[in-house]
Amino acid sequence: MSKLFSDENKAAFTNPLNLNNPITVQVLGICSALAVTSQLKPAIVMGLSVTVITAFSNVIISLLRKTIPNRIRIIVQLVVVAALVTIVSQLLKAYVYDVSVQLSVYVGLIITNCILMGRLEAFAMQNGPWPSFLDGIGNGLGYAAILVIVGFVRELFGFGTLWGYPVIPKFLYEAGYQNNGMMVMPAMSLIIVGCVIWAHRAYNKEEK
Amino acid sequence: MEHMISLFVRSIFVDNMIFAFFLGMCSYLAVSKNVKTALGLGIAVTFVLLVTVPVDYALQTYVLGPDAIVAGVDLTFLAFILFIAVIAGMVQLVEMIVERFSPSLYASLGIFLPLIAVNCAIMGASLFMQQRVTMEPTNAQFIGGFGDAIAYALGSGIGWLLAIVGLAAIREKMAYTDVPKPLQGLGITFITVGLMALAFMCFSGLNI
Repeated sequence: MSKLFSDENKAAFTNPLNLNNPITVQVLGICSALAVTSQLKPAIVMGLSVTVITAFSNVIISLLRKTIPNRIRIIVQLVVVAALVTIVSQLLKAYVYDVSVQLSVYVGLIITNCILMGRLEAFAMQNGPWPSFLDGIGNGLGYAAILVIVGFVRELFGFGTLWGYPVIPKFLYEAGYQNNGMMVMPAMSLIIVGCVIWAHRAYNKEEK
Repeated sequence: MEHMISLFVRSIFVDNMIFAFFLGMCSYLAVSKNVKTALGLGIAVTFVLLVTVPVDYALQTYVLGPDAIVAGVDLTFLAFILFIAVIAGMVQLVEMIVERFSPSLYASLGIFLPLIAVNCAIMGASLFMQQRVTMEPTNAQFIGGFGDAIAYALGSGIGWLLAIVGLAAIREKMAYTDVPKPLQGLGITFITVGLMALAFMCFSGLNI
């Protein structure tokens, strides 16, 4: 049991959450991170889907890693990922149809999400299934964390709601407060992610 | 014909791959350090789009769509796997062509050439095409034939090219400016792209 949670395995899980965050440090998987974050709900659903897919594709590739010929590994990885994404996409359509419509093509685009390919190439091809699983969960959650931050800021200031419920009290609106229409626009997500990266780098520099 | 031209212009300016949908961000951010390389990658992406979107259109219409092969069978859920296979194959072809005819470009694009396969812009264009086929024919975004598919692919490719060359030019100039330390590199690039996206938003009212 202790081997399952050794320091190395713990590092595989916790590193991507902060010091080696897939979005702010490795700059992977930006496309979907920007596009689905206008509200909190799609951001969380997207974050969870990516976590699940990263974890399981990592496990599958890690189990197969000794049998895959090197030259065609990218195709094999793509097929495994595409199969998993198809399953998740069908599940989303079945259980949370409204979110699945909101996410539109971005669910399919998880296939081409660089986090997946990056982790498969860099980690799962060299490591066993269990560390790969932790690494996948860690990277997925690191990605989800940034999505939640951006989604939180944009929904709060753009719509005055969180998870669809209004949170800005009425008297503020009566006093002249207005929702910031800029936040709803796609361009703002870029600027917010830019600021998150700024804060993250400034903070981590102090730590060292 | 009129619809094709409108589709072409719209996909360059209004439905720009980068500024409206954030597709292909990873390579967009990583390869935009100088104009020449950016131009090379832009042309490669345009070419791959130009081939894959019509092929995927044919697949969607004659194989996957409802009642396409056998009446009453809808194979749309297989789209992810088939589309990614077409894209991976095409990218392999482009890679061989570039290696043969322009070794210097091949060297400077490096890993990002094979990574066009996992470039969200390519997969995204195919998935948007799949969405647009089902739209009303009166919709400005409707794709109803090979001509439309080609116009859409070409427009999206040129829009992407325009965006990456523009950013590369700005970044070349920005190398001489005084940017706060933690914001340098990635952070400021994000904010620049955000401002560019804001600028491109003024096209969104364009009616052709």
